[in-house]
Amino acid sequence: MRLEVDITGKTFRSAAGGTHEVLAPVKFALRSGEVGVLIGPSGCGKSTMLRIILGLDHDFAGRIARPPEARIGMVFQEPRLLPWRSVEQNVRLAAPDVADAKLAELFRILELEAHRDHYPGELSLGLARRVALARAFAVEPDILVLDEPLASLDDALAGRLRDEIATLVASRPVMTLLVTHNLDDAVRLGDRLFFLSPRPAQIVAEVPIGIPRDTRGEAEIAAIKAGLAQRTQGDRTERDAS
Amino acid sequence: MLRLLSFALFLAIWWIAALVVGGAKLPSPPAVLQVMIAEASSGALFLHLGATLARVALAFTLAMSLGSAIGYLMGRVKLADRLGDPWLILLLNLPALVVIVLAYIWAGLTEAAAIAAIAINKLPTAIVTLREGTRALDRSLDEMASVFAMPRWRAFRHVVLPQLAPYIAASARSGLSLVWKIVLVAELLGRPNGVGFEIGVAFQLFDTPRLLAYSLTFAAVVLVIETLLVQPFEARANRWRPRAA
Repeated sequence: MRLEVDITGKTFRSAAGGTHEVLAPVKFALRSGEVGVLIGPSGCGKSTMLRIILGLDHDFAGRIARPPEARIGMVFQEPRLLPWRSVEQNVRLAAPDVADAKLAELFRILELEAHRDHYPGELSLGLARRVALARAFAVEPDILVLDEPLASLDDALAGRLRDEIATLVASRPVMTLLVTHNLDDAVRLGDRLFFLSPRPAQIVAEVPIGIPRDTRGEAEIAAIKAGLAQRTQGDRTERDAS
Repeated sequence: MLRLLSFALFLAIWWIAALVVGGAKLPSPPAVLQVMIAEASSGALFLHLGATLARVALAFTLAMSLGSAIGYLMGRVKLADRLGDPWLILLLNLPALVVIVLAYIWAGLTEAAAIAAIAINKLPTAIVTLREGTRALDRSLDEMASVFAMPRWRAFRHVVLPQLAPYIAASARSGLSLVWKIVLVAELLGRPNGVGFEIGVAFQLFDTPRLLAYSLTFAAVVLVIETLLVQPFEARANRWRPRAA
């Protein structure tokens, strides 16, 4: 299975009547089992790109090739839970076929067991994020899209959730697309990193990470990050020189 | 407890006023109760009350279901909103009396004409409320449902309907009070039974005890339906909300 993204452009008409170019040509592909990471400054058009990939926005030039039967699991930037349904109902509504044992395991991994019957309004943001993760994994997705799933969480919790995401991603073959502006998350979770330019977004660099995720120790991660820092530094001096 | 106290106060004021004004204009509570009991034992009270309630139920259901459907459509589809809006404004501002009289003239003094006339009076407010509710729907939740490929009916039931529930409850509440008022006018003008008809008779005879007996029984029924049906529905629809201050 492959996800192929070939957007040739996207313009947006503002209320004032002007047209703005949101996306420059963007082209990449993801294979099953791969985690692609989109990294870019805020407001560069990442969310627009995701909406196009998810099929929520059809007003663009280009082509998205998604396996037609692919199930999508999504973690939005805000948890987007149904406030009038309990935690368990929220998950089950998105994933009606989920087995009880599977759901119990997900709730155990994400430490949500005590909150099954709570309503989202009674949860902290961190808990609500975990429910959103549980929902995305419960559908057993072929394509998993995570839009800044760890933003505005404290470091300890973000670290734990990141490990949980890694565990869950490793547990089944899934194409994962992670959007973040945290380099650490990107290096720890990603197989290929796509660095995006400011608006209109385009891919300025594609960096594959050779070491498999589960053998990436702290030293390797530090090395990759140092390499990336050097690279961006190099880009900058090059740009300054020209 | 507080409710009972408030009711007792109402009775006391009524009784004192009756003593001051005199029984011909304002009969005392026992006098009205006597008429109520007499009408109830002859069965006439229940017959008229039943006829009125049946009309209310039919007209209310008709207006609510049709109004909700049209309101939802107008909130979702721009074209429907553009086409329907002038009609809506016309209906909203058409006096109830005009609708009732025209219905009787065009469709005869029939049951269908009465129920249609009552429903038409309620219809536009239901449409307006539901249209507002539909416009206020959270787009981000629609997107969520679409990404997770929720079937249409499940998305409507679990994503859309709970968001509309407060609007439906508000519309039911205001609509019921509107229908209660209009049904009596429709009965007064062209029906041979019902509370409105009885009030018309009482008016012609200047029979105040009878008038009060019927209208107070009617008011009591409205109160019971409000507390037993409308309020529990509202409470249920809002139970997920954190307690309001």
